[in-house]
Amino acid sequence: MSFKDKVVLVTGGSRGIGRACAVAFAKAGASTVIISYAGNEAAAQETVALLTAEGAKAEAIRFDVADTDACTSAVEGIVKAHGRLDVLVNNAGTAVDGLVMRVKDEDWDKQLDTNLRGPFALIRAACRPMMKQRGGAIVNVTSVVGDMGNPGQSAYSAAKAGLIGLTKTVAKELSSRGIRVNAVSPGFISTDMTAHLNDDLRQKMIGGIPLGRLGTPEEVAQAVVFLSGDASTYITGEVLKVNGGMYM
Amino acid sequence: MSTSVIETKVKGIIADQLGVGEDEIKPESSFIEDLGADSLDIVELVMAMEEEFEVEIPDEEAENIKTVGDAINYITTHKK
Repeated sequence: MSFKDKVVLVTGGSRGIGRACAVAFAKAGASTVIISYAGNEAAAQETVALLTAEGAKAEAIRFDVADTDACTSAVEGIVKAHGRLDVLVNNAGTAVDGLVMRVKDEDWDKQLDTNLRGPFALIRAACRPMMKQRGGAIVNVTSVVGDMGNPGQSAYSAAKAGLIGLTKTVAKELSSRGIRVNAVSPGFISTDMTAHLNDDLRQKMIGGIPLGRLGTPEEVAQAVVFLSGDASTYITGEVLKVNGGMYM
Repeated sequence: MSTSVIETKVKGIIADQLGVGEDEIKPESSFIEDLGADSLDIVELVMAMEEEFEVEIPDEEAENIKTVGDAINYITTHKK
């Protein structure tokens, strides 16, 4: 594959879709896979062990993507240590569910900061080394709810819809430097974020999925790796749905 | 910092960013028309000069920097 000598950063890489992405990059031959995590040290170290087992140089760095200064420092640190940054996967996300009339300002801000401002700050930092390299790939992990809305997820869906706009604009801005920017839009995926849903709701949601089941983090990771590598060199500004057909 | 030092450094930054020979870089050279810069190059140049000279170049000022001479003048005037 095409990831030899490549340096990859996956945010929110300690578990779920982020971990699956990190592992998929390591399996695809990426030489250095760096994950960021917000606080779950044990899970982050488990991911690092999985990456090392695949033969990648792996590292976990702790920072909150909602902190834009931390995002800048993280990217600068990676470029200083590894000389380059080839792939950025903005995966870290957070959801605080509640109907709109009950959403607190702080919950709104937290979701916009983590899900939208964080990716912006990381793109802003990462595009400079990528421009110098005359190449790179950025993949933003959005969500089906950014396209179709979802009761109880006003802030989350607004942030994810915003991330799609950000993806397309940055794709246009950076295209002349060989930097491709795409998004992957997962549907209902089996992760910690969806684990708390009760069985009734789960069955109802599955009823709306033509493929009749939840997706796995690995199935999302395949799309992320595809959009990051040489198999997708003519694709930019795309939003690839990985949702079992629940939204077409 | 003397004007000639600024001039040398600015030309170095331009040569590095745009991949052009220093002999092609004259005060009257237009970044876009003569040196082949695009809008991203201009932003990179401005940021590189901000870092090198520790000045802040606001966007509305940056729009007026069209030639190598404009850049040297801006830095000479604003460098403390």
